Amino acid sequence: MTYESDLAEFAAVIGLETHVELGTASKMFCGCATTFGAEPNTQTCPVCLGLPGALPVVNAIAIESAIRIGLALHCSIATWCRFARKNYFYPDMPKNFQTSQYDEPLCTDGYLDVLVDGETVRVPIERVHLEEDTGKSLHVGGATGRITGASHSLVDYNRAGIPLVEIVTRPVTGTGVRPAEVAKAYVTELRDVLRGLDVSDVRMEQGSMRCDVNTSLHLKGEPWGTRTETKNVNSLRSVERAVRSEVERQAARLRAGEKIVQETRHFSEATGGTLAGRIKDDAADYRYFPEPDLVPVAPDPAWVARLLAELPEAPSVQRRRSVEALGLSDLDASAMVNAGVLDLVLLTVQAGAPAEQARNWWLGALAERANTAGIEAAELAITPVQVAQVVALVAAGTLNAGLARQVVDGVLAGEGEPDEVVLARGLAVVSDDAALGTAVDDAIAANPDVAEKVRGGKVPAAGALVGAVMKATRGQADAARVRELVLERLGATG
Amino acid sequence: MSDLTRLTAAATAAAITSGEASAVEVTQAHLDRIAAVDDRVHAFLHVDAEGALAQAARVDAGELTGPLAGVPLALKDILCTRGVPTTAGSKMLEGWLPPYDATVTERLRAAGVVILGKTNMDEFAMGSSTEHSAYGPTHNPWDLDRIPGGSGGGSAAAVAAYEAPLAIGTDTGGSIRQPGAVTGTVGVKPTYGGVSRYGLIAFSSSLDQAGPVARTVLDAALLHAVIGGHDPRDSTSIDAPVPPVVDAARRADITGLRVGIVRELTGDGYEAGVQERFAEAVQTLEALGATVSEVSCPHFSYALAAYYLIAPSEASSNLARFDAVRYGLRVGDDGERGLEEVMALTRAQGFGPEVIRRIVLGTYALSSGYYDAYYGQAQKVRTLITRDFQAAWEQVDVLVSPTSPGVAFPLGAKLDDPLAMYRQDLATIPANLYGGPAMSVPAGLSDGLPVGLQVMAPVQRDDLLYLVGAAFEAARPFPVPPLAWESGKGTPL
Repeated sequence: MTYESDLAEFAAVIGLETHVELGTASKMFCGCATTFGAEPNTQTCPVCLGLPGALPVVNAIAIESAIRIGLALHCSIATWCRFARKNYFYPDMPKNFQTSQYDEPLCTDGYLDVLVDGETVRVPIERVHLEEDTGKSLHVGGATGRITGASHSLVDYNRAGIPLVEIVTRPVTGTGVRPAEVAKAYVTELRDVLRGLDVSDVRMEQGSMRCDVNTSLHLKGEPWGTRTETKNVNSLRSVERAVRSEVERQAARLRAGEKIVQETRHFSEATGGTLAGRIKDDAADYRYFPEPDLVPVAPDPAWVARLLAELPEAPSVQRRRSVEALGLSDLDASAMVNAGVLDLVLLTVQAGAPAEQARNWWLGALAERANTAGIEAAELAITPVQVAQVVALVAAGTLNAGLARQVVDGVLAGEGEPDEVVLARGLAVVSDDAALGTAVDDAIAANPDVAEKVRGGKVPAAGALVGAVMKATRGQADAARVRELVLERLGATG
Repeated sequence: MSDLTRLTAAATAAAITSGEASAVEVTQAHLDRIAAVDDRVHAFLHVDAEGALAQAARVDAGELTGPLAGVPLALKDILCTRGVPTTAGSKMLEGWLPPYDATVTERLRAAGVVILGKTNMDEFAMGSSTEHSAYGPTHNPWDLDRIPGGSGGGSAAAVAAYEAPLAIGTDTGGSIRQPGAVTGTVGVKPTYGGVSRYGLIAFSSSLDQAGPVARTVLDAALLHAVIGGHDPRDSTSIDAPVPPVVDAARRADITGLRVGIVRELTGDGYEAGVQERFAEAVQTLEALGATVSEVSCPHFSYALAAYYLIAPSEASSNLARFDAVRYGLRVGDDGERGLEEVMALTRAQGFGPEVIRRIVLGTYALSSGYYDAYYGQAQKVRTLITRDFQAAWEQVDVLVSPTSPGVAFPLGAKLDDPLAMYRQDLATIPANLYGGPAMSVPAGLSDGLPVGLQVMAPVQRDDLLYLVGAAFEAARPFPVPPLAWESGKGTPL
C-alpha cells in the first residue's frame, strides 16, 4: 500500500506545534547572551540557572516579537495575559518548572494561508505564546547518544531561558491526498513569515525552529482517530516525510484491525520513519498555575495597532508580485515554494538569468541533486549567482546543455567558479572550423556507408556522423556547426 | 561608652558619626556578645566575623556613609550573601555559597550596615517556632525554654538578646511579626513589592516580603528606608518612592487618626493575657487622640485556610529546583543509581517533615481535577479578603489586632500538632494575602512574657504603621527582657 492509496481510503487530520527561538540579544527572563554555539555554560547567570532566590524579568523585545508574529498570523492579541508555571522534573530545566503560558496566551485565533499545487489551503492557528527554552542534555558513554546506556550526562544551560515562541495550529482537516505536502508547505510558509519579520534566524538544522507533528487517520465519515505526536522533526523535508510515514504506518495498523496508541514518536532522519517514544497518557499533570514572580502582560492596544501597521508585507503577497513580474504561473510558484527554491530562482534572475531558465535549473537538475543528497536546495554548494553565470555561458555559446551540467557538477564538487571549472576541465564548446574540420573528415572516412547515404539525399542519416564527431570531441563540439560542416562536405542541404 | 550592644541603631550610628565609638569597636562588641550568649540562644547559624569587621573598617575609613553606617545587623539565612553560607535553615543547602548578593544584602552593604551573620529560621521559612530549622531551635531570650516565634525566630532573638540592634526577617504569613510579638521586638512586614525579593529564597512568591526587626520603631524605620524601594530585578517590585517611614516614626502623632479594631481578630482563640494587653493598647491609642471603632472583615475567618492552600502550592513549585543537579545536597550518587532515584533520595533526606508536608499539600492542591476546588477557590478568598481591607479603608486609616493568639509557648509544645502551630498566624495572614503593610510592636507582658500589638495599613501606606507604632512606643515604653539566664538564675539548657 502507498501513501496515495492510504489517503484514498482514510482521511488525515494533522496538527503542528512549532517552537521558534527568538533572535533577541538576551534571554527571556535575564540579561544573558543567546549566541549559538558558545562554550557550554558560559551564557548563564543566577536567573537562568534557577539559583535559589533569583527572579525572572520579562524581556520586552520578546513580547514585541511574539505580538508581531501573532499579528502576521492574523491573531487577536490579548489585552491582558499572564505567564504560567508548567511543573515537571527534568535536569535540563533549572527550576524544574518551565515559565510558559497556559490558558491565557498572548495571541489567539489566527490563520496562515499556504499554497499547495497551485491551491490555497487555510491553516487555522489556535494560539501563539511565549515561553523559555530548556538547557541541553548530553548523554555520555552510550552508543546512541541517548540516555539509555549512557554512563553519565552533562547539561549545558546556555540555551536555558532563550525566548521561545510556540505556534500551535488547530487540527487541519480537508487536506485530501496531500496532508504531508500541506504540513511542509505550512512550515515553509511559517518560516518565511518569521524570516520576513526578522524575529528569528529560523534555522531548523540548528534547532532555532523545531516542529512537533500530530497525525491521525479516520475512515471518511467516521469520528477522528487517535493521534500520535512526532517529535524531533528538524527539517522541512522531514516534516513531509514524518506525516507521510505516519499516514502509512497508521493506515497499515488500522487495516490490520489494530489500534493506534496515543504516544509520542521520534522521527528518524536516517530511516525517514518514526519510532515509538513514551506513551502519552492524559494523566501527565503539569500543575499549571499563574507565575507569581511575574506581573501580568497588558499590551497597550495603540502600540499593538502601530506594530500591525508596521508589519512587513507578507511573503505570500511579495511572492505573488515577484512571480507575476517573472511571467510565471501560480502553479510554478507553488512548485517552487514546495521545492524551497523560489528565493533561489528570484536571486538567480536578479543575477541576470532569464526566469524560465532559472526556474528550470532549480526545479530540475538542482532539485534532483538536493533530493539525492537529502538536503534542501538552498544548502547545495552552488549560489544563485553561479547558476546565473552558467546560464550566461550557455547563452554565449561557450557551453551546451550537457557541458553546463558538467560545469554545475564541478561547482558542486567545490572546484571553483563556473569559468574556473570550464578552464580546469577543458569544457568549452569547440566551434572553430579548423579544429572541427579534421574531426568531421575523420568521421566521414570512418563511416563511408553513412556518408554515401547522405550524399544520396538521406539527410537524417547525417546524425550518426554528428554523433561520431561529438563522441570524438567528448561532447565539446558545437553540434549545430558540426552538422553544417558534415552537410557541406557531403554536398547535401539540411 | 559602657555597653555598645545596648544602644539603639539610631544611637549607635550617632556615636559612630560623632567619633564616640568606631564601627569596628561596635562590631567587635556585638561579636563578643554573640560569643558570650549565642551558645544558649542559638540565634545565628553562621557568624561572619571577618566580613563584619572588614565592612566596619570601611565605614571607619569613611568609604561608606549613611544613617545606619557602621550599625551591626543580623540577616535571616534566607537572603543570599555572596560567598557567605546561605541555608534557609535546610540541610538541602548546607554549605552552599551563593555566587550573588540579594538586593537587600546589596543595599545593606552599600549603606555601610555591618552584617554580623546569618540567623536561624524554620526550614524555608515554614513554621512559627524556629523548631523546624534543620540546625536546631532558637531559644527565646525572655525564657530559654520557650520558642522565639517563627519562621524568623533567629532574627528576633538576636535583637532581643542584644546580639544585634537590627535584623532582617521575611514574612510570608507572619514570620516577622509573630517572632516580634513573642520576643518583645518591633517587626514590620512592608507592603508587598516594597522591598525587593531578588535573592530571597522563595517560599511563597506572592506572599514573601522582607522587612526590618528592631528594638525601637525609629530603628525599624531607618532600616526600612535602607532596604526599600524599586528594584528592576524583581518584576513585582513597586516602582514608586518608599513611603516616608522615618518622618512618620519621628512625628509620632496620631491625633485624629481613625483606628479600627478587627472584630474577627479578637475574642475566642486569643489568650486572656493577650486580650487584656490589647484592650489596654487600644485605650492608649484613644488617649493619644485616635478615634477607635470596630470594623468587620467577614472573610478574615477564611484567611488561614486560603493561606494554607496558596503558600504550599507556590512552595511546591518553588522548591522543585532542589534536585541535586546543580547545587546543594546530593544523596545516593554512587554511580549505580539513576538520576531520578538520586533526586528522590536527596529530596526525601534533604527536606524536613514540615517542608515535605507542605510540598505534598501544594502538589495536591495544584493537581488537575483539584485545582479549581483548592488553589482556585483560595485565590477567590484572597480577593474577598482584599475587598474586606478596601472596605475597611473607607471607614478607618489603620486596623489593629493582637499580633499572635498567645505568648511564647514552651519548646516542643506544638510540634506534634501542625494545626495548632498554623493557628499562630491567624491574625497575621490577612495582611499577606492582601499585600498591605503590617507591624507588630510590643504591648506589654502577660505572665512575664511579651505580647504584640499588630497595626495594619493600606498598600503603600507603610508610614502609617510607623506613625502609630512610634506614638504608642512613646506612651508605653517597650518592656526589656530580664535576661536572668545570663547570670545563671534562668533555666539551664
